Amino acid sequence: MKHARIAVDGLIHNGVETDSGIKLENGRTVQEHDVIWLPPVEPQTVFTLGLNYADHAAELSFKEAPKEPLVFLKGPNTFIGHRGKTYRPADVTFMHYECELAVVIGKAGKNISKEDAYDYVSGYTVANDYALRDYLENYYRPNLRVKNRDTCTPIGPWFVDKEDVEEPMNLKLRTLVNGEVVQEGTTADMIFSVPDLIEYLSSFMTLNKGDIILTGTPKGSVDTKVGDEVITEVEGVGRLVNTIVGEEADIKQ
Amino acid sequence: MVNIKFKHQGIQLMQEGLFEGPDRVTLDAEQHNISDFKFDVPITGTVYGTLLNYKGAYEQYEGQLNEDPYKAPPKAPILYIKPINTYIGDGEAVPLPQSEEALSAGAALAVVIGKTATRLEKPNALDHVAGYTIVNDISIPHESIYRPAYKEKARDGFCPIGPWITERDSVDDPNALKISVYVNGELKAENNTSNLIRSVEELLTDVTEFMTLYEGDVLLVGVPENMPLLRAGDTVKVEVEGIGVLENEVMDENQVAGGKRK
Repeated sequence: MKHARIAVDGLIHNGVETDSGIKLENGRTVQEHDVIWLPPVEPQTVFTLGLNYADHAAELSFKEAPKEPLVFLKGPNTFIGHRGKTYRPADVTFMHYECELAVVIGKAGKNISKEDAYDYVSGYTVANDYALRDYLENYYRPNLRVKNRDTCTPIGPWFVDKEDVEEPMNLKLRTLVNGEVVQEGTTADMIFSVPDLIEYLSSFMTLNKGDIILTGTPKGSVDTKVGDEVITEVEGVGRLVNTIVGEEADIKQ
Repeated sequence: MVNIKFKHQGIQLMQEGLFEGPDRVTLDAEQHNISDFKFDVPITGTVYGTLLNYKGAYEQYEGQLNEDPYKAPPKAPILYIKPINTYIGDGEAVPLPQSEEALSAGAALAVVIGKTATRLEKPNALDHVAGYTIVNDISIPHESIYRPAYKEKARDGFCPIGPWITERDSVDDPNALKISVYVNGELKAENNTSNLIRSVEELLTDVTEFMTLYEGDVLLVGVPENMPLLRAGDTVKVEVEGIGVLENEVMDENQVAGGKRK
């Protein structure tokens, strides 16, 4: 089943996808365009992978694929839901999307083996992990100013139950900017698979229910401008729509 | 005498009291010895740490900052997140991973945000601060600061916090606080927030330029240089002048369950 967290008439609801719309817990059915979409899982600890697709690592001119996962964390300020707006600062020259499969942890665990990893997954969603490359500095890279800006991590639309995604390591990903396909890949090309990542992270810290792992992005990063509609899609998981807006116009009105 | 807010272990509501130092707390007009209380983690939001914000810590890297892999000195604040699995209260045990012999202490003044802080300006940045607490930002010792150091900094129990929040107006100047670290009662390191590169106000201004801090979030102003190493069995106390004392014991991870000795 596909689950949404949405605001309807001023109240936050959980809903599920049906043929006739989104069915709320109170039985009412609403339509996709009549609601405000929130992140489908309230973010707590959110891990993000850098350079987890060999072709993307090569694109960013890394000669060798990493031997150990490159992990960084995100704060709650950066997440927005489906059909949200992401601010592009006026001084930025290179801001690119990153289409990613997001894995949601379903129960707490430590020292989880690869073999047992999926027992700790509750489901999946889609994330767009924007990077503002102008702000890259070589300290705890990628630094939070590049990766944790307000509104720069759209996530959603749906939380999809694990049982509904048969082969998480064989899903097509793609990104469209203003209707044109600009990024294509498959989760089969991850350097560290979902079970690898769960084993790695839980080897040194406890994973908790509700934690999210953004698993990295394939190649195809191009600059996006104010007004662009950016759609990140993961096969069978969702199609996440986002629009880039000018930060200065919004703040200085 | 300073106004404090704290949580007793097992009680959800925040309490208000007076810290009358060095070991007296007044609660509901009655005096208590601090050792009569067990304090819980007093914060509700996300903890952000700041790297290289003490002059001495910066100087230790200064010779390398133009070399590979850093290539140029940092411009914006360098931040990291201490996730929720790292938080423990005053008096709880810091687990020493089996693979390690020692951990580094990380005495930090922790700024607790009182209201949504976005694009602050320096003159009124402190208006957004609810108060201050103490964090011992524990790390597995590591040299390189090129990649995020979560394997070294985000382990369970690596972020003791407390014992309480001292209200902002009880602290005259957050940029002139003495910080002392004691291991097994012996003074091992001393510093002062007057040695910060970015003052509390400047750090809040520069951080909220790119990300919002919410009520209950915590910004660590940095960890001073030459922090002591901690081994199994050591008791570490971090004292921040006018704020309080945060005390924890380091224990082999196999001896710890639920923050306590098994």
